[in-house]
Amino acid sequence: MSRTQSTLRIGDQPWVKWSLIGLALTLTLLLLVIPLVLIFAQAFSAGPGSLWSNLTDTYTLAAIGLTLFVAALTVPLNLVFGVFLAWLVTRFEFPGRKVLITLIDIPFAVSPVVAGLLYLLLYGSNGWLGGWLADKDIQLMFAWPGIVMVTVFVTCPFVARELIPLMQQQGRDEEEAAVVLGASGWQLFRKVTLPNIQWALLYGVVLTNARAVGEFGAVSVVSGNIRGETNTLPLHVELLYQDYNVAGAFTSASLLACIALLTLLVKSFIEWRQARQRMPVSDQSDSI
Amino acid sequence: MSRNLVGFASASQNKPGKRVLPGFALSLGISLLFIGLILLLPLTGLIMQTSGMSLAEYWAVITDERVVSSYKVTLWAAAIASLFNGVVGLLLAWVLVRYEFWGKPLVDALMDLPFALPTAVAGITLAALFSEGGWYGQFLTALGIKVAFTPLGIVVAMSFTSLPFVVRTVQPVLEDLAPEDEEAAVSMGAGDWTVFRRILFPALWPALMSGVALSFTRSLGEFGAVIFIAGNMPYVSEITSLMIFVRLQEYDYAAASAIASVVLMASLVLLLAINLWQARYLRRLHGR
Repeated sequence: MSRTQSTLRIGDQPWVKWSLIGLALTLTLLLLVIPLVLIFAQAFSAGPGSLWSNLTDTYTLAAIGLTLFVAALTVPLNLVFGVFLAWLVTRFEFPGRKVLITLIDIPFAVSPVVAGLLYLLLYGSNGWLGGWLADKDIQLMFAWPGIVMVTVFVTCPFVARELIPLMQQQGRDEEEAAVVLGASGWQLFRKVTLPNIQWALLYGVVLTNARAVGEFGAVSVVSGNIRGETNTLPLHVELLYQDYNVAGAFTSASLLACIALLTLLVKSFIEWRQARQRMPVSDQSDSI
Repeated sequence: MSRNLVGFASASQNKPGKRVLPGFALSLGISLLFIGLILLLPLTGLIMQTSGMSLAEYWAVITDERVVSSYKVTLWAAAIASLFNGVVGLLLAWVLVRYEFWGKPLVDALMDLPFALPTAVAGITLAALFSEGGWYGQFLTALGIKVAFTPLGIVVAMSFTSLPFVVRTVQPVLEDLAPEDEEAAVSMGAGDWTVFRRILFPALWPALMSGVALSFTRSLGEFGAVIFIAGNMPYVSEITSLMIFVRLQEYDYAAASAIASVVLMASLVLLLAINLWQARYLRRLHGR
């Protein structure tokens, strides 16, 4: 697709090429494919009947519900933040711009357990803010608000990280032209910016969602693990696994694996679209 | 995070000038509010908790024998895992960029699985694969290699969760590599290995280093995948993130915070170092 085959490239002798491909495929099989197969094999190991009863177990359903609820709050919040931050750092020059871009990476570098602990220390009943909230009978930690808060922390870079490189590369010419032509801020965003960034935005949202649904370390610090109340799906997987209910654990795990696969599918689709857009028209007709 | 590689190259092309585009105040306000509330405010809890300790207490907690063993296990395992990923990631990136073969888009899409799959799911899957009767464990046991419930299990979990970093940082650089140097060297009769070592590797080295460093940072903080396979024996296979968790369950918030402050400091230093490293070689790459 990219470069034409030439003899002036290394690694193109058939034996080198095919042994490297073979090695890579073996590694992919061992490291990625078989683990994925195992999840579904274990979920189905006790038969479809027990798969269904595992899925519709009261606590499993409660965990699914809570997980979806947390994602439904987290994703829109980080979507809005990501768009505003990306707009800010790619469309304006101001002192401290680089610092902001570095700060946004913090959640990626911080261990999830440390992230959970930070929130527990501040908002827990021993923390300076938490003590004040406790006097007002507001409990955030060991309850769903805490889970949402740490999930927002852990997932806040994804949308911005997808948008910033793209918006930087596209530059601001189109938008400046629209402003000169008299577009309002909202018109500008909806008619000029959004069409340009929609796929990156979608991918950012999908990534945010995948991580929000799957976050384990940070959530387990602030959750309190109350079955049916503050147990998210990943925590439920852990509980079942520790109860030696392996089939049950893998049933819930397979739901999470499906979300992961869906994420990969969306990513591939978006990349496929972008590759098509980048191809010149003549190439495009050739390839069909 | 790997996106900064490609992302900020064009920053310098943006001309500073009059602000034509709307929304500076609004996006600055929202971004600062969000970063302040979500990222920075929680740090105050940690600072207050640790500042309540005397220096001697702090030192005693972070140099406790069990905690020091956990640093060693974590650092060693992360180092081995990221080096393994350096080699495997380079191979996978090479095969994905340089060769065409059936099923390549699928393999390419699967590379991101470890990022999309929740860590708890990865954890129970790897534990099931490498347990004594597991799909991999039975063969490894026959060879006398024990993975589950040993430090080697930690390495396996860390390698899995951070595998995509090297692939995704090396891949774009390898794709954009200008073919002239390679062609010249090959046409002058240099052998494949020499060309790779003397021409391609130096060009790939900065991206490879970034990928390995990102993989190392991620591995240091990994929790969900590790705890299921590590066995978590004090002094032997207990990682530092788990140490924080254990102290929390003992309601020793001060000790948990002290250890967390060490981890946090280490990860922030690493983050800064990686950002500086990437900025430096981006300048070199585009400054010509």
